Amino acid sequence: MNTGVQATGSTQASLSGSQESGQAAVRSGAEAVGVAQVATLPMSEHDEQLARPAAMEVRGLNFYYGTSHALHDISIRFPERSVTGMIGPSGCGKSTLLRVLNRMYDLYPGQRATGEVLFDNQNILAPGVNLNVLRSRVGMVFQKPTPFPMSIYDNIAFGIRLHERVSRSEMDGRVEDSLRRVALWSEVQNRLHSSATALSGGQQQRLCIARTIAVRPEVILLDEPTSALDPVSTARIEELLDELKGEFTIAIVTHNMQQAARCADQVAFFYMGRLVEVDSTPRMFTAPREKQTQDYITGRFG
Amino acid sequence: MSSTSPSLMRADRSRALLVRRQLSDRLATGFGWVAMAVVVWMLGSILWTLLRNGLPGLSVHLFTRSMAPPGQDGGLANAIVGDILQTGLGVLLGAPAGLLTGIFLAEYGANNKLARMVRFVSDMLLSAPSILIGLFIYMIMVAPVGHFSGFSGSVALAILAMPIVVRTTEDMLRLVPVSMREAGIALGAPKWRVILFICLRAVRGGVMTGILLAVARVAGETAPLLFTSLGNSEWSLDMSRPMASLPVAIYQYAGSAYQDWMQQAWSGALLVTFGVLIINIVVRVGTRGGRA
Repeated sequence: MNTGVQATGSTQASLSGSQESGQAAVRSGAEAVGVAQVATLPMSEHDEQLARPAAMEVRGLNFYYGTSHALHDISIRFPERSVTGMIGPSGCGKSTLLRVLNRMYDLYPGQRATGEVLFDNQNILAPGVNLNVLRSRVGMVFQKPTPFPMSIYDNIAFGIRLHERVSRSEMDGRVEDSLRRVALWSEVQNRLHSSATALSGGQQQRLCIARTIAVRPEVILLDEPTSALDPVSTARIEELLDELKGEFTIAIVTHNMQQAARCADQVAFFYMGRLVEVDSTPRMFTAPREKQTQDYITGRFG
Repeated sequence: MSSTSPSLMRADRSRALLVRRQLSDRLATGFGWVAMAVVVWMLGSILWTLLRNGLPGLSVHLFTRSMAPPGQDGGLANAIVGDILQTGLGVLLGAPAGLLTGIFLAEYGANNKLARMVRFVSDMLLSAPSILIGLFIYMIMVAPVGHFSGFSGSVALAILAMPIVVRTTEDMLRLVPVSMREAGIALGAPKWRVILFICLRAVRGGVMTGILLAVARVAGETAPLLFTSLGNSEWSLDMSRPMASLPVAIYQYAGSAYQDWMQQAWSGALLVTFGVLIINIVVRVGTRGGRA
C-alpha cells in the first residue's frame, strides 16, 4: 500500500503540483470504491498474470460509426487467462471496443474499424476472416440476459451444434458440464427441457454464460453482464468470473467500479473514445497516472 | 370570499377538476361499452341467423351426397371436399411464399429499393379486389388451356393468402429484439440459422396466427373461384377439372328459387363459418406458449 501510494504521490505531484492533496485524494478514492484490501494484495499476483502473452492485442485501432469517430488510436493487450475490466462514462467507447473484438459491428453497415486486432497471430480486422469461427473462439455475453426461445438444454446445445458434431450422450455431458460450471445445474437439472425464458434474470444470465463457454471459446467478452441483476445474482456471476479466468481470457465492460476492482487483473479507463490509461487493478485504483482516471474513480467527474 | 383559507380554495378547485375527470372517464367508458355492444350484437346476430337457418339443414346427406338438382335430396359433400382441397393447396402454396417474402423483407431488405418495392406490391395485393385476382388467373391459367380447374382456383387463393402472411411475418420478425439476434450471432451462428432457429421460433405463435388469418380469409372467398375452378355439381377429386367449393355452391344455391337449395346454402354458410372458427381454436391452442 505504502509504496503504491508513495508512487502515486509523486506521479500526482508532477501532474497536479500538490503531493499532499494528491495522496489524500487517492486514499479517499480507494476508500470510496472499497478497494483498500485490493491495494494491499501482493502486486506480483496481478503483475504475473499480466505478464503472460496476450490472447488478444489491439494496435492503433480507430472506429467509426458512419462519419463519427468513436475510437481513437486504441492500443491494449489482453493477457491470456486474465480479466481486463473496462470502465468509463457512457459513450466513452468501451462497449464499442468490445464489439470490435468479435466483429459484432459487422452486422451494421456504416460501422468500420481500422488498425489491427491480433488474435492467434492473425489480424481479425483483415478481410477474409471467417467470422463464425472467430465468434466461436471469442464469445460474448450481453447486458440483458438473452435466453433463446427454446428449452434450457437446447439453449446450450444450439451453440455446440453450430461448430461440432457430437453424439447424443456426449451432448448431454457437455450440457451438464456447462451448467455445472456456472453453478446452475442443481437449479435446473429437473427441468432441462422446459423453456429457458421461465428462469429468473440471474439464472438466465448464468445460462447465457454457460451457453458461451459450452462452445469452448478462448476469449469471453462481457458487456455489463450484471447491470440488470440484483446484488445476489451479481455476486454469483463475479465468483463465476474468478473461476473462469483460470481457463479463459476475459474482458468485462462495467459501470460498477467495485466490480472492476473485485474482478479485474488490469483495468482500462476510457474517455471520449480514447484509452486514457490501462494498468494493473491495484495501481489503477491507488496510483493512477492520469488526473482524468483519478477523477473518474473517485466520482468527481464532469 | 376573503375568509376562505388558501387550503380550502385548493381543495375546492381540485374537487371541480376531479368531478370533471370522473365525468369524462365515465363518458369514455360508457362509449366504449356501447361500441363493444354494437359489435358483439352484430356478430351475435350473424351467428344467430346462421345457426337458426343453417342448423335445420344439417343432415348426414349434406356430408355424404354430392350436389343434385332441386328436389333430389342432394348434399354438399363434393363442395366440402373441393373447398378443403383448394383452400389447403392454396395455403400450401401461398404461406411458404409469404413466409419467405416476409423473412426477406424483415431480415435482408431493411432499406433497399427492391425490398421497398416488394413491400409496396405486397400491400397492394393485400387490398386488391379478389375478383381481379380471379380474372388474372383466368387469363393466365384458364383461358390458355380452355377449361376451368381446381388448380387455378388454388393459385388464385394462394395469391390472396400470400400478402397476409408476408405482412404478419415481417411485422412479427421485426418484434424480435436486436439483442436476441446478436446473441445468436455472437455464438458464431450464421445469419440464416439465427433467423430460422431463433427469430422465427421466438414469434412462431404470431406467424401461425398470420397463416391462420390467411386460411380464414381464403376459405370463404367466392369471387376468385368463379373464374377459376368454376364449381362442379359432380363428385370430383381431379384438380385439373372444374371443382366445387362451398362459397361458390352457396352463391349458386342462395340465388336460386328452390327451397331445398336455399336451405343447403344456409347450412353451407354455417359449415364455412364454423370450419374457420374451429381451425382458429385448434391452432391457437396448439401454438399456445409459442410466444415465449
